[in-house]
Amino acid sequence: MLALMEDAGFVIGSYVATFGAVAAYAVYVLRRARRVTRRLPDEAKPWT
Amino acid sequence: MASHPATTTTSATATGGAPPATSAGTATRATRLLGALTLVGVAWLLLFGLVLSPADVNQGESVRILYVHVPSAWLAYLAFVVTAVASAMYLFSKRHSLGWDRLAGASAEAGVLFMAITIGVGALWGRLTWGVFWEWDARLTTTAFLLVTYVGYLAVRRLGGTQHQRAKRSSILALLAVLEIPLVHWSVKLWRSLHQEATVLRPDGDVKMDGLMLFTLFVGIVAFTLMYVWLVIHRQRTLAAEDLLEDVGLDLAIDARRAERVAEVG
Amino acid sequence: MRSMVRTAWLVTRKDLLVEWRSRVALNQVLPFAAIVMVIFAFALDRFPGVPNPEEGSTGSLLETVAPGLVWLATLFSLLLLVQRTFAVEREDGALDALRAAGVDAAAVFWGKTIALALQLAVLEVLLLGTAVILYAVELRWSGAVLLVTTWLTATLGLAAVGTLYGGLAAGARGRETLLPLLLLPVVAPVLIGATRAVEAALGTGGTAIADGWPWVGVVAVFAVAFGAGGTLAFGPLIDE
Repeated sequence: MLALMEDAGFVIGSYVATFGAVAAYAVYVLRRARRVTRRLPDEAKPWT
Repeated sequence: MASHPATTTTSATATGGAPPATSAGTATRATRLLGALTLVGVAWLLLFGLVLSPADVNQGESVRILYVHVPSAWLAYLAFVVTAVASAMYLFSKRHSLGWDRLAGASAEAGVLFMAITIGVGALWGRLTWGVFWEWDARLTTTAFLLVTYVGYLAVRRLGGTQHQRAKRSSILALLAVLEIPLVHWSVKLWRSLHQEATVLRPDGDVKMDGLMLFTLFVGIVAFTLMYVWLVIHRQRTLAAEDLLEDVGLDLAIDARRAERVAEVG
Repeated sequence: MRSMVRTAWLVTRKDLLVEWRSRVALNQVLPFAAIVMVIFAFALDRFPGVPNPEEGSTGSLLETVAPGLVWLATLFSLLLLVQRTFAVEREDGALDALRAAGVDAAAVFWGKTIALALQLAVLEVLLLGTAVILYAVELRWSGAVLLVTTWLTATLGLAAVGTLYGGLAAGARGRETLLPLLLLPVVAPVLIGATRAVEAALGTGGTAIADGWPWVGVVAVFAVAFGAGGTLAFGPLIDE
């Protein structure tokens, strides 16, 4: 029973670590995007 | 110079028009849709991975870790392949378009992220199934090598200089890494094959999956691929904006100042 | 082709002359390598082991890992030597001047590689001697050919990859710390291969000499790959 609980902890931990890391990186990407593009006029941006 | 973005701005401000519209962020309708799909994919993965799929006969609940570990590894490899191809495109195409270099850089960042996740989560899985966080077998050692190599690649991208200098340096480094990876894998494989006895005692790392488990793995791969694409698109756009800012930033500042003076005087 | 060889030889001669006059490798890198060999013992000599007079071994851990330690000390010294040789170039913009004068970058690459290889080769011989003294390593004649072949191929490979990555990451301010990060992972095949080959040459842990030759193959492929890679990539890398 204890082993099962340890397993569950590792499983949950893996998912938290994975999506946590991706989310943290995504937040970094978006925030940096805002900071940099704030100073550029829209015509200059190739994707708009 | 004719297509210089600043000329648009200048004409707008010279005629006393309003300062040009500028929205923050790199999002578009397409990326918002992609982001939504990604979140749906992740939700599905959580549902299937943690709840709906069965525990494994041999490994028990720890098999659920594979539903994030394996897709993460796949995407890391894909990301590094994209970096290599984009680097080659930059170096060997006639136009040497910096867009390739920026793609290479954005993809490498995602690759390092997913590779780190792969190793970290893999260590947790290994702890559950083998009892050890790490093993010096060919696959793991080469993986560690890959991670360190691309961390170095990202460091080289920050060395400074002109954008084309950065691109040339990084592309060459990426292609040298491609040359190096089979060498490392071969030598490590040869090295670790000396320790055959150890691998016999350890259960095989490849799990036989079928039915619902395989479907869950597939969901995982789709979700991670969506994540990768979304991340790289945004990152690459930001890099483009940074490069553009470097080119025209001074001009924009001058134009902004000029607009201020026009407003003051008028 | 002949002018390329001549140019390379001139660069080699220049690098060796600079070292001869400044004696940096002799006075700084060599003692550093010796110190590294000593402090390895502080860290690792925990198990005095059971001596086996039959095999002539002291059974100590140090003796067992001696080949690896020698190559580790070599790698650390390589980092210093590469930094040094490119610092000399960047100091007076000598490398840029060479390029501006239209000197073939491949010739410069090979010139520097050979000079580095020569210094490295001498260093390695001295390190092996140090291991014989400090770690009670025993050499055997039957392993001599394997040992010498390993020594030559590994040195050439390390010098080539060191010169290549040195062009990228050495000698300029803000880059020195990048060189170890880039170079140490890249030389992994040489570290693995050369260590296993020397273990076979010395008979460490009962390894047969025949087992060492595949490893020489690995190291040789590495040397060829980075010799070629360096010839092609050195020019674009230093053209800044």
